[in-house]
Amino acid sequence: MVGLATVFGAGGGTSSYAEIEEADVVVLWGSNARNAHPIFFQHVLKAVRRGARLYVVDPRRSETAQWADLWLGNHVGTDIALSHTIAREIIHAGLANTDFIGRATTGFDEYLATVEEWTLERGEAVTGVPADAIRELAHAYATADRAQLCWTLGITEHHNGVDNVLALINLALLCGHVGRHGAGLNPLRGQNNVQGGGDMGAIPNRLAGFQDILDPDVRERFGSAWGVTIQDRYGWHLTQMFEAMERGDLRAVYVIGENPAQSEADKEHTVELLRGLDHLVVQDIFLTRTAELADVVLPGSASWCESEGTVTNSERRVQRTRKALDPPDGARDDIQIILDVCRRLGHDWQYGDTPRDVAEAVWDEVRSLSPMHAGMSYARLEELNGIQWPCPHDDRLEPSYLHGRLWADDPAERGRLAPFSPVVDDPPVEGLSEAFPLRLTTGRRLDSYNTGVQSGGFSNPLRHGESIDVSPEDAARLGVVDDEWVRVTSPRGALTAPVRIDPVLRPGLVFMTFHFPEQVDTNVLTIDATDPKSGTAEFKAAAVRIEKLDV
Amino acid sequence: MTTIDPAAAVRPGTPVAPPKHLVELTVDGETVRVAEGTTVLQACRSAGHDDIPTLCYGDTLTPKNACRVCMVEVEGSRTLVPSCSRTVDAGMVVRTDTERVRHSRRMVLEFLGSSTDLSVAANVGRWNEEYGVDTERYGSERATKAQPVVRDNELYVRDYEKCILCYKCVDACGSQWQNTFAIAVAGRGFDARIAAEYDAELPDSACVYCGNCIAVCPTGALMFTTEHDMRAAGNWDESRQTQTDTICPYCGVGCQLTLHVQDASIVKVTSPSDHSVTHGNLCIKGRFGFQHVQNRD
Amino acid sequence: MDLKLSSHTPTDAEVDAIESVLGPTRSSWHGGDRTDAEQHGDHHVARGGHDLRTQRHRLLPVLHAVNDRVGWISRGAINHIAARLDVAPADIHGVATFYGLFSVTERPTRQVHVCIDLACRIAGADVPDGAHPSPCLGLCERAPAVFVTDAGERPSQGVLAPATPVQVRDLVAGGRLPDEPAPQAATPQVHHDRSSLVLLRRVGVGDPTSIHAYRSHDGYLALRRAIEMGPEAVVREVVESNIMGRGGAAFPAGRKWHTVAHHPVRPHYLVCNADESEPGTFKDRAILEGDPFSLIEAMTIAAFATGCEQGYVYLRGEYPRAKQTLRRAIEVATEHGLLGDDVMGAGFSFHLDVFIGAGAYICGEETAIFNSIEGFRGEPRNKPPFPVDAGLFGKPTLINNVETLANVLPIVLHGGEAFAATGTSGSTGTKLFCVSGSVTTPGVYELPFGATLRQVIDTAGGVADGHRLRAVLLGGAAGSFATPDDLDVPLTFEDLRAAGLTLGSGVVMVLDEHVDLVEFVHRIAAFFRDESCGQCVPCRVGTVRQEEVLQRLEHRGPAFDDDRQLLADIGRVLRDSSICGFGHSAHGAIESAIAKLGVFS
Repeated sequence: MVGLATVFGAGGGTSSYAEIEEADVVVLWGSNARNAHPIFFQHVLKAVRRGARLYVVDPRRSETAQWADLWLGNHVGTDIALSHTIAREIIHAGLANTDFIGRATTGFDEYLATVEEWTLERGEAVTGVPADAIRELAHAYATADRAQLCWTLGITEHHNGVDNVLALINLALLCGHVGRHGAGLNPLRGQNNVQGGGDMGAIPNRLAGFQDILDPDVRERFGSAWGVTIQDRYGWHLTQMFEAMERGDLRAVYVIGENPAQSEADKEHTVELLRGLDHLVVQDIFLTRTAELADVVLPGSASWCESEGTVTNSERRVQRTRKALDPPDGARDDIQIILDVCRRLGHDWQYGDTPRDVAEAVWDEVRSLSPMHAGMSYARLEELNGIQWPCPHDDRLEPSYLHGRLWADDPAERGRLAPFSPVVDDPPVEGLSEAFPLRLTTGRRLDSYNTGVQSGGFSNPLRHGESIDVSPEDAARLGVVDDEWVRVTSPRGALTAPVRIDPVLRPGLVFMTFHFPEQVDTNVLTIDATDPKSGTAEFKAAAVRIEKLDV
Repeated sequence: MTTIDPAAAVRPGTPVAPPKHLVELTVDGETVRVAEGTTVLQACRSAGHDDIPTLCYGDTLTPKNACRVCMVEVEGSRTLVPSCSRTVDAGMVVRTDTERVRHSRRMVLEFLGSSTDLSVAANVGRWNEEYGVDTERYGSERATKAQPVVRDNELYVRDYEKCILCYKCVDACGSQWQNTFAIAVAGRGFDARIAAEYDAELPDSACVYCGNCIAVCPTGALMFTTEHDMRAAGNWDESRQTQTDTICPYCGVGCQLTLHVQDASIVKVTSPSDHSVTHGNLCIKGRFGFQHVQNRD
Repeated sequence: MDLKLSSHTPTDAEVDAIESVLGPTRSSWHGGDRTDAEQHGDHHVARGGHDLRTQRHRLLPVLHAVNDRVGWISRGAINHIAARLDVAPADIHGVATFYGLFSVTERPTRQVHVCIDLACRIAGADVPDGAHPSPCLGLCERAPAVFVTDAGERPSQGVLAPATPVQVRDLVAGGRLPDEPAPQAATPQVHHDRSSLVLLRRVGVGDPTSIHAYRSHDGYLALRRAIEMGPEAVVREVVESNIMGRGGAAFPAGRKWHTVAHHPVRPHYLVCNADESEPGTFKDRAILEGDPFSLIEAMTIAAFATGCEQGYVYLRGEYPRAKQTLRRAIEVATEHGLLGDDVMGAGFSFHLDVFIGAGAYICGEETAIFNSIEGFRGEPRNKPPFPVDAGLFGKPTLINNVETLANVLPIVLHGGEAFAATGTSGSTGTKLFCVSGSVTTPGVYELPFGATLRQVIDTAGGVADGHRLRAVLLGGAAGSFATPDDLDVPLTFEDLRAAGLTLGSGVVMVLDEHVDLVEFVHRIAAFFRDESCGQCVPCRVGTVRQEEVLQRLEHRGPAFDDDRQLLADIGRVLRDSSICGFGHSAHGAIESAIAKLGVFS
């Protein structure tokens, strides 16, 4: 989100799902959408069935990659190298969209200088992907009438995740594959309403509608609506919060619907920091591991079925959630809890009587403060099955893609041009060594989700619990077989897990998920190197070794 | 100098809807105008004929026209015509309720009713009355599809005695939506059946438990285990159920869920077939992953 | 695609068989050996997607290869095919179980298929233990017939007809198959007066796979003439000939040619329907085995005239000699530049492949053929769209029966008008009649349209052994019964239609007074039940219900009007609402047996 916001001013995917279906080339980069975003992938498959070529960049030949016309299995953490190699090939083949570059972008010369060293040969040497495959992707992407570039956590969960995103955005700028119907850049949000959280200002530097907190007019508008004075500085993102805990600057934390005690990299350290706080409040629908550490637990409601409100999906569609069930005894609507906390803190905000009235009144307040949401009344959201932002007017809809302004002939309408980002290749923080010769990367399985708090509630035939997935070659070399428990060790810690031999892995690459922390706590192994720009940890690249257990 | 209407100027790549030609036809004597490419069924419905029965037709699927219950008479056609798949022609003369049409519908319903269990198929009871269906005349020795219910996983059951071989589950599992191809039609003729390879049980098949087959099944042959068991216990009561639309709590795709709630419990999850995100489809988490809000112990 | 394969692995023989069709694979992602993965760059790159999925039309040939090599199709084999073609195992299994000649359970390598259909039934066919009953094998002139397959490294297939019960039991026990008589054994006329023959004139005059023999009997004159005339003129002659299709539906062939030739969508495909499976029909076999080059030449002309660069002959799997002969003839024609990228040096390209069916009568339906070639279950498609607009691979397709195509040569050589001078105005040219049953000399007979039924039977030597004529089944199981009163009806499409009869594919099956008509009718009903593809309800259930009601009529007697009404109701919905011609015709012969022969009364 940071990358897109940096370049285009708005942190959202630029296209709609329906447009993906109309693309001629779809590139999925660091995304196992087949498993992690199955219904999004159905839109990709519509395109494929229509004849679109699918390219998948992923170290694993994932279920998604198995659908590709061409799979490029780069080494973990070589995405910038691959992107730059593609860019250089596009430029040298004369396929760059010079009209768009001249009209809508800045910083091309510096970018050109940055990518110039990334010949196909060098690209192959660094990424492992054969030069002809890189060339094929470059030419297909550049010559497509409509190309879509989509990514997920395989791009962002690196110590330089934002730079990775910027490197991909460069490709779209280079070819003019943004701001047009059917062509775009689309990050797929890993979590329900990650997009909505950002939209609503649950990020350190923006208020609702991506309005900069440093803008005095913005602060004035929100401040007068709420009857408060808003701070004139940015807050902390998650990593900075933990750093502040470490320094002792952050002493009290109010956690809503997160489980950092299990979801953060290097978890033992995280738990230590949470324990060291003066005061920890956790509001959740479960007594999570984090909640167990709390001084106060506020039982919330399941926002998707026990309360009213809205969420925003990966195509910027604001959608209504509705109450179908009453929360269990003692649990309350999250808005009510927050309003009660506010009241105790001296703000007696009144929004209505019923949960739905309250939710709609809060939403109307958002509409009054955030121009991009202004046209989205509850009535319209319900009538249209959700509305994509921006929607400033209540009598019409905007195009389903963003940044069409970049194609305008009038410079004033074109607005701020999109800058190329001369980012540099920067391998994973943790290199492989003799002691830790295997690259551990992480991801999701189809039937499970995050730390399993929700998906653990139902059993099904796909569920096999956690495992350390290894290539057939590594299994043979290590002398291990399916279901054999082994010790997995990283520089931070060790755990035991059963082996699953998975042919989608190449030798040297191993894979785990975070779905079963009670059984196998993968975050004992992961590295907490984080991206200073986004606060996201490098979950995708740790170094480990695997050993047989003593009999 | 040419002036361009700024409102008409479009940005590069903005799609322009193709022009729509209208076609005029007659439905039961009444003149109807519909867009070219419209099916006869849609044209009839737009003319107020909501009473044409359909079983294998699904609004998210390419018409398979296998069940042949939606047949109508079209002047000049030697045989009856499947209204669900035939597109209109200019000047077409359609009759939806002739003796010949009613005879065909009666026979199709008798064939299905005499070989399969249509007890929970929506509308069939009403149609049986309307068309004078009499399955008894096929005798007690007749061949049927009676067979035991398959319960090979905890999420849904397959009761192939109810299967009319409409192909909808196969199409939903296959190239039209899910592209998993866990099931196909195997065998031939009356012995044709829906099956995984070598009739394997679902846990040994490619099934990913998206339940998109359940969503399109018109006869209840595929059913949530919750619904199946409640029906068996006599507790299933749609009049006591509410349906609430909300958004799936898992990944960020934003699939709209319709929660079917009875007695404060979610008993089934569907998605609206006209929703631009899902087109009625979900994944295993959206379809079945609701238990965490009801595990209250 | 993201295939999920079971743990079953293929045997070496299965892999060999699969590679005999698809070639060896390198990629370990698609069935290749993973030990070579690094060397082939598989750790970092894989190609698949559209390039693999466009190979689906090779599915049926691969299944044949495995079935021929091992005798059946195992889970391991299907897994390997899945990996090679990117098609899911359940999907492949669904296809494999559609076709009668394939088995997905283990069985002996020797399979003996005993024809139990109409002509063979009259001739006293018997299915001993260890053999399978089979629908019509297209050997009615030599009934009763068996079809024998031997799977193995050198698979072989052959037929024996007539086959005595002793011979059949010997074959089941693994005995050697005797040699077949020469192809001209099926066409008794060629031994008497060849001069009146048009379509059969070359049968038996020389080695059917010798291009030299073919050329010395006017072979490839018509193609040369067609190239001189140009495509438009060829289409015009076919239109002017007013030839009706000979497969059974009697559709004006010229209209198909004209539509495909002028269709803007490309490419165009040409398909020859050689899935000759209508019980009692064996005329196409006579051409395929006796004069294969005439079909190849005719198809080349059709391709030239209608702009097709690829053609297929869809040949039924139970015609082993036709398969061999035709394949050999195509090789020879290709070697001589008469097929390929530059046919006859005239600058047009035409490639012709033989596609082998696998035991499904329904694949004689034109759209079922397309699905079968494309690698799917051979289920008919709803029409419209018609093949001329959206046929094979969704493209404009000209599909004609073997006999129809064979007529193209005289049409081109002599002109459409001259062709139309033979026969009647509504039924031009000559017709191949498949005469079988109680006649003295069964076989394929060529007579001008307009000959009477009596003349046809007389040409075949009359009713056998002085028996009395009881009925004639015209048009096969999908046809209808004529009675001795109908003997002087001219055999033309229009006259037969007026008499409430059908010519169909040209079946003239003669039944004498010893034939058990009730049993005969039961067999027709059973045939339709067995061969229904199962796609549409009227046919899938209706053919079963029809058979059940006939059983009841036999046992309860004719007094039960309710059963007769029910039978009529079933027949009516079959005709009104089935998807394809199979269902439409599934009641016709039975209806006529009851109405005209008084069966069950």
